[in-house]
Amino acid sequence: MNANRKISSHACDEFNRAQLLRDAAATAGSGLPHIEPGMPMPAGTGLSRRQFLLRSGAFMLTVYGAMHLDPMRMGEAIAEAAAGPPDPVLVSVYLDGGADSLSILAPVEDPIYRQLRPTLALPSDIGTPFADDPRLRWNPVADSLRTLHEEGKLAVAPSIGYENPDQSHFTSRHYWEVGDLNPRLQTGWLGRYLDVVGNPDNPLQGLSLDYSLSPSLAPAHTAVAAISQPSSYRFGHNNVWGGVDDAMVNSLEQLGSANKNSRDKGLRTAAKASEQAMQLRRQLLPFATDEDNRPPALTSPVEYPTEGGDFPERMQAIAAMLAIGLPLRCVTVRASGGYDTHDDQKDDFERNIKAASDTLLAFQRDLEARGLANRVLVEVWTEFGRRVKENGSAGTDHGAAGMAMLMGTRVQRQLLGEWTGVSNLDRDGNMRPSLDYRALHGAILDQWMGFDSARVLPKVRSFTSPSILN
Amino acid sequence: MSRKRTSFPVYKGRFGVAEAERLLWRAGFGPRPGEAQRFAKLGLRRSVNKLVNHRGGTRLVGPAPVLKEPLTPEDAWGHDHLWWLDRMVRTNNPLQERMTLIWHDWFATSNDGVGSQRLMLRQNYLFRRSSLGSFKSLVLNVTKDPAMLLWLSGTENEKGNPNENYARELMELFTLGANARYTEKDVREQARALTGWTAKWTDSGPASFRFVRARHDAGMKKVFKKRGRYDWKDACMLCLKHPDHAGFFVRKLWSYFIPVPLKGRDYKKLRAIYIRGGYRIKPVVQAILMHPAMYKGPRMVKPPIVFTAGLMRTRNAGLTTDSWAWLSELTGQRLFFPPNVSGWDDDHWLDTGTFRGRWNVAREATRDVILDPGNAAIVDSWPVDETPEQALAAVQAFWGNPTLSSTTSTVLLDFARTAGAQADEREWRKRPYRVMRQNALRTLMAMSPDEQTC
Repeated sequence: MNANRKISSHACDEFNRAQLLRDAAATAGSGLPHIEPGMPMPAGTGLSRRQFLLRSGAFMLTVYGAMHLDPMRMGEAIAEAAAGPPDPVLVSVYLDGGADSLSILAPVEDPIYRQLRPTLALPSDIGTPFADDPRLRWNPVADSLRTLHEEGKLAVAPSIGYENPDQSHFTSRHYWEVGDLNPRLQTGWLGRYLDVVGNPDNPLQGLSLDYSLSPSLAPAHTAVAAISQPSSYRFGHNNVWGGVDDAMVNSLEQLGSANKNSRDKGLRTAAKASEQAMQLRRQLLPFATDEDNRPPALTSPVEYPTEGGDFPERMQAIAAMLAIGLPLRCVTVRASGGYDTHDDQKDDFERNIKAASDTLLAFQRDLEARGLANRVLVEVWTEFGRRVKENGSAGTDHGAAGMAMLMGTRVQRQLLGEWTGVSNLDRDGNMRPSLDYRALHGAILDQWMGFDSARVLPKVRSFTSPSILN
Repeated sequence: MSRKRTSFPVYKGRFGVAEAERLLWRAGFGPRPGEAQRFAKLGLRRSVNKLVNHRGGTRLVGPAPVLKEPLTPEDAWGHDHLWWLDRMVRTNNPLQERMTLIWHDWFATSNDGVGSQRLMLRQNYLFRRSSLGSFKSLVLNVTKDPAMLLWLSGTENEKGNPNENYARELMELFTLGANARYTEKDVREQARALTGWTAKWTDSGPASFRFVRARHDAGMKKVFKKRGRYDWKDACMLCLKHPDHAGFFVRKLWSYFIPVPLKGRDYKKLRAIYIRGGYRIKPVVQAILMHPAMYKGPRMVKPPIVFTAGLMRTRNAGLTTDSWAWLSELTGQRLFFPPNVSGWDDDHWLDTGTFRGRWNVAREATRDVILDPGNAAIVDSWPVDETPEQALAAVQAFWGNPTLSSTTSTVLLDFARTAGAQADEREWRKRPYRVMRQNALRTLMAMSPDEQTC
């Protein structure tokens, strides 16, 4: 499986490289006056010329892109963000599939835990005690989390959930994402927040670094975005250049704006995608990749893990985008791996949680090195914990209360709620919640974003939100 | 007459080329050249009949794939995707292939968890065989299908160590829905009923999938308030006979063809059609394809793979690159890899990420016939006085003359004028810029809201 992915991303790189060779030459051709009278550049010229053009073109692309932006239409959002005090940023990191909290912080000496987890229980002498609750020990694979915790930059909610838990991935995840126990709600909690405070011309304010948009960010009307990597967001065409390419991209945007008020819902949907894609393209021009090098804007002062799928690179991209002042407010990203560990849990889980933890630490260090750490709060969450009793396949089935974490320099290190333990389980044999997830969402909005959470979280006033900041 | 009151509504309006296009896109992968015009002449009833009662055997017609290496869908990376995409492009029985895609989404199994293209293809044959047949046989066959047994832990589910994975999804996603009347206890008891399947792990992967009595929990179970010594067949039948099943089934199936919810009297009538048919799929699909909402309602965003296959069908072109396999990932729909067990999110195909993926697809679809503005043979023969209107008409013909709204035509014509003005700024540009205008218009038209939807 991993091999397949490698092949696939390899193919992507190769395609992009070939494509960029042509595209960058073409774009440079339109932007460099001295070659303009010399005739159609890319198609009819030799390779060496192209490479030359590409090198200068790549440099030009970065600068040219920024100069080329239409200040009337595009710069407003960035200008606004740069002019005012910077907005607080929330990065939502999702452990997809329901992560087993008992394998991150394990009650290694608890006899019930040992009895219910005959193959999965961690050895009782392993790991470092969890400073906030000595009954628990850190799994050594999550040592980066321990480091963050000891530095006072991590707060753990060890038993978070909601009453009458739903053990369906989709329902429980949906509840977390919409911020309410309402199966029919169509907008995400962060999408509704952006509907109120956001700027409809700035899709970067709500960004999923993923192949598609996270439902948490689904707004009713404002613009948000999903991209797999900022450097790859281009709309080139190998046989269109010399100014026709710019006209083509403008036309793609006009196809959107002309149809976005259509009476037909389907046309409106497609039109909106077209228009927002073109807005995003303008915002990301500084990240356009050249042939061999990482785009300068994407280099990072710290090393990120090389394992762990797209997650490390995406976190790195978030820090890089903030560093050049792109107006991000809410970003969602999926952590390394999948956590729906019904079978043979141990190896997969430990590999994934290690990659995820190491990446979180690298991200924190990156922000600190760039002087951005006070602007960013990370929420790590999962749709539920897993059944305390392991199943017969050396795995665990769906449970109820699970784990969430807040990371950041301004986070107050404390236990968010308490660990409810493995001896007082609900009637399905699952852990009980001590903190409702809506209280955590509410605390983030109220205290971190400075926004009245009751405006977007219907039931939030029925819970007591913890104080989360120093 | 009382008979009339109980019948399902049928669309009575004009059935022209636009309506035929919609039918061919939603019940297949878009028209071949001239096909929408032929269907419009047939009228609604005969068109639908032609699709649901396909005659003369299923054949692949049109140009076969021309790739670097011959297709080996069971082995080579990406060839599973290419093999199926080729069927979508070339089949003369498009509804069968579209139903196969629907079942793949409905019983969403990912090779991410199965790890065998061979077993994924075996499941794919099952879906194709069952395309318009009996949902009952389909559920029974899927339950013991090797790919599914691996995907949802069926082979791990044994007496004394039940694994709830399949039991839960069987009810929640395949037969009853998340809000149906069943309990967590029912899930656990169904998991016990479903115990007993296993496989042998060999050097070449899992093999000899079979039911082993000793692994089955033959004890008493209580499911949906009824007691019995249920086994896997009973577990399926309990779901299929559950009072919430028929409603779930028709609503979900409807949603693949029509983007407004099925409600009220129509819902009850369609459910009655399904129940009267004894789990037969065909009468339900036939009724949906004739319903007024199919032709009067809003447009639907084409699923990415339908959009992709359609770009080739409409030009009678075949597969000439294996890039389609990874390009599909950028559009959000790589065949045999749905994102999770609930399938693709069919209501949210388009966002800024997948939109860019479609851009790559639209560009790739014209790569073979791209017009190189640096190629003297092409440039010198291009009409130097080609008007914007002529340029647009040529592109429309290129894509098989699809129906376009006047809003979209106006935007495209504006672009053709702008590019024309750029061309006429300098003498040397006149022809090469008109060539580029043609390339750009092809991609723009494919990316227009009109062509992203049907």
